[in-house]
Amino acid sequence: MLTLLGIESSCDDTGAAVVRLKGDAGEVLSNVVAGQTELHAAFGGVVPEIAARAHAEKLDIVVEEALAQANVRLGDLDAIAVTAGPGLIGGVLSGVMLAKGLSVATGLPLVGVNHLAGHALTPRLTDGLTFPYLMLLVSGGHCQFLRVDGPEDFTRLGGTIDDAPGEAFDKCAKLLGLPQPGGPSVEAEAKAGDPKRFAFPRPLLDRPGCDLSFSGLKTALMRARDGVVAEKGGLTRQDRADLCAGFQAAIADTLAEKSRRALALCPDATAFAVAGGVAANATLRERLTKVAGNTPFVAPPLRLCTDNAAMIAWAGIERLRLGHHDDLTLSARPRWPLDQKAAPLIGSGKRGAKA
Amino acid sequence: MRQVHAPIPLPDPDATDALARRFAPLLGPGDVLLLEGQIGAGKTHFARALIRALGVTEDVPSPTFTLVQTYEADFEIWHADLYRLSHPDEAIELGLAEAFETALCLVEWPEKLGEDRPKQALTLRFSLIGEGREVVCLSENNEWETRLAGL
Repeated sequence: MLTLLGIESSCDDTGAAVVRLKGDAGEVLSNVVAGQTELHAAFGGVVPEIAARAHAEKLDIVVEEALAQANVRLGDLDAIAVTAGPGLIGGVLSGVMLAKGLSVATGLPLVGVNHLAGHALTPRLTDGLTFPYLMLLVSGGHCQFLRVDGPEDFTRLGGTIDDAPGEAFDKCAKLLGLPQPGGPSVEAEAKAGDPKRFAFPRPLLDRPGCDLSFSGLKTALMRARDGVVAEKGGLTRQDRADLCAGFQAAIADTLAEKSRRALALCPDATAFAVAGGVAANATLRERLTKVAGNTPFVAPPLRLCTDNAAMIAWAGIERLRLGHHDDLTLSARPRWPLDQKAAPLIGSGKRGAKA
Repeated sequence: MRQVHAPIPLPDPDATDALARRFAPLLGPGDVLLLEGQIGAGKTHFARALIRALGVTEDVPSPTFTLVQTYEADFEIWHADLYRLSHPDEAIELGLAEAFETALCLVEWPEKLGEDRPKQALTLRFSLIGEGREVVCLSENNEWETRLAGL
């Protein structure tokens, strides 16, 4: 049995959690997030908690709360896991410093965790997946296909070369005067829309590989919107619904086709796991489930797909089981790609050829 | 601010890439490019093309969620998106003020800087013109006129 405290402060939210491993199964004993989700709508976007100070002020409180909710004392823990990157350096540093302090005070091992590894290993916590599996990781600004062969063995098969889908939905909502976050509001609006009325591009489908691009879609939406406005002097509700439906259909087609290709690259995958807001969109989820075919489709609950500390504690458990941990030299890393061996997405050589 | 170069037409994405390649050799640490324009005007596209033209071969994701992405080329490059900030003080928290002195900074939504907008900066104002785009170069520092002469 292993019981770990996890600490997460790499972006907007400050979190702490206690996760216990019994046999091969993980159990989340507590998962506390001091976030600002309730403020999102008011500010037309996600309000970031960027200040290291703000994280530092909340960290000890969320840790105490997580321990109390789990009914666990520091002495009952086996290690302290903390996000060591990638992310905003101030926030990551605050978490790492707290974890180091706790490690020194208690003598417990310190386990540094890559935030993205936390996301990528979540399906093992929630659904007990076995390696290898294919992961479509969509969180915050991230969107990538990962083949997961072990707790520290990730192969990036492709990803977005510009915006992530969540960002595309947010900007679509912004362009059409719909509330933030964009995912749910565009989905709701699209229900009454005709996805075929506007012809939106399917970016990068003509190119081989699993890379995605959503930036051009935003431009296409803007042109389509401006076209309607120029013609009629405004947008009707139906126009807006049709724009949303077309936009969502383009994202669905693109994600479905790229997922099909990623699955073809992983014939031995035990499952296709989709983490993030994408799985919360019924249209996208249905398409991805269909693409998965006979490969089991897994979507961890959304509260464990957004930034949280339970995934960090779990990833810490996975590392610790491999016999890996860190010491006080652990440093906060603003940049930390999961797959260090992956080739850059585009552009290498572009400089010479066209300069 | 006044114009320090004639407006540059950007009829398609390739033209933006080409402009970024012409800009790259003119820039160095301590330079600040403020990228203005509405959503979809081409700010991130230009920043990404410029970062690649400076020799960075890894991914250049949009910084909208992460607020700042940093890169190591011959010097440090900061790519920041201030869209989500609610107060100029938060830019200080990000470490931008220091980066303005030591790195090449590409800043989207610089309006969020308010009074802290650096005076020596070059502002690139992107707008949609018909089917294409256009960029206007503005600064309070006349030096940019000389530097951009060979663009």
